[in-house]
Amino acid sequence: MTQHHLEIRIIPRPGLLDPEGKAIHHALDSLGYESVRNVRVGKAIYVDLEAPTSEEAIAEAEAMCRGLLANPVTEDFEIGVASPEAEPGEAS
Amino acid sequence: MRTAVVTFPGSNCDYDVYQAIKGVGGDPEFTWHRDAMLDTVDAVVLPGGFSYGDYLRAGAIARMSPVMEQVVTFAAAGGPVLGICNGFQILCEAGLLPGALTRNDTLKFESKDVWIRVESADTMFSSDYVEGQALRMPIAHAEGNYYADQETLDSLESGGQVVFRYCDPNGNDDEGWNPNGSARSIAGIRNEAGNVLGMMPHPERAVEDVLGSVDGLGVFTSLVRQLSTAAA
Repeated sequence: MTQHHLEIRIIPRPGLLDPEGKAIHHALDSLGYESVRNVRVGKAIYVDLEAPTSEEAIAEAEAMCRGLLANPVTEDFEIGVASPEAEPGEAS
Repeated sequence: MRTAVVTFPGSNCDYDVYQAIKGVGGDPEFTWHRDAMLDTVDAVVLPGGFSYGDYLRAGAIARMSPVMEQVVTFAAAGGPVLGICNGFQILCEAGLLPGALTRNDTLKFESKDVWIRVESADTMFSSDYVEGQALRMPIAHAEGNYYADQETLDSLESGGQVVFRYCDPNGNDDEGWNPNGSARSIAGIRNEAGNVLGMMPHPERAVEDVLGSVDGLGVFTSLVRQLSTAAA
């Protein structure tokens, strides 16, 4: 078993009102960043889990997203693998 | 006519709901979410509050609590379930009601009195009201902005599932009186079968003159009357 570090990004659906993103956009505007066209705020959840392969780790995380971590009505999710950790004793 | 008031860690309107039901002759009982046995009660209320600190999303963690499996079974068998504020959020997270409650478009925690219009008196929780009646009661939430896709909203409207809608003090539509950006000014909805109702405003905080309004009483008198009629 290898420990996998996953980064799960939860993102509000496109088109869904994101008042926090809007407020940050306004703040960036007032800082002078007039080139900003859109800001949306999501969240990242870092999960360390044991699985034989990174594919299996991702599959499990997808199930977690569907079951709890993301609300299918308002949010999409993306899963990235940060880095698989070497087994203890193994050369890294 | 026993009504379970389910308490989660972080519920804070449980005593108000208990008092409101008691005040209209009902028989409420507190039910800790881990010990819940809903097979002996006639109705279930999920009160407001901040269950599990609103972690992840409001209501998302409470939905995983052991009691919610029983609430789903209870509702499927036609048992009346009322979710107020955080209770509404939990019902949506559990899939007992469609849609989701998202961040208020004002970006603020809104704590004030609002007006809502009774759109349907054809539920176990609104039968003592008259359709079109305007009610005054408080809201207190940061995530009360009702969202669903257009198709879901249309089907809620055509199915008569919108039970309460934000309005002006005279009961007229006015987007300016929508306190949180809710789609179509929706303040409360029921499921298709009609036995599950979720609402963001707090009827239990509008049941005595000293609270500034008694307009919330109808929710509890409706429920108690329906249950006594069913028992008779």
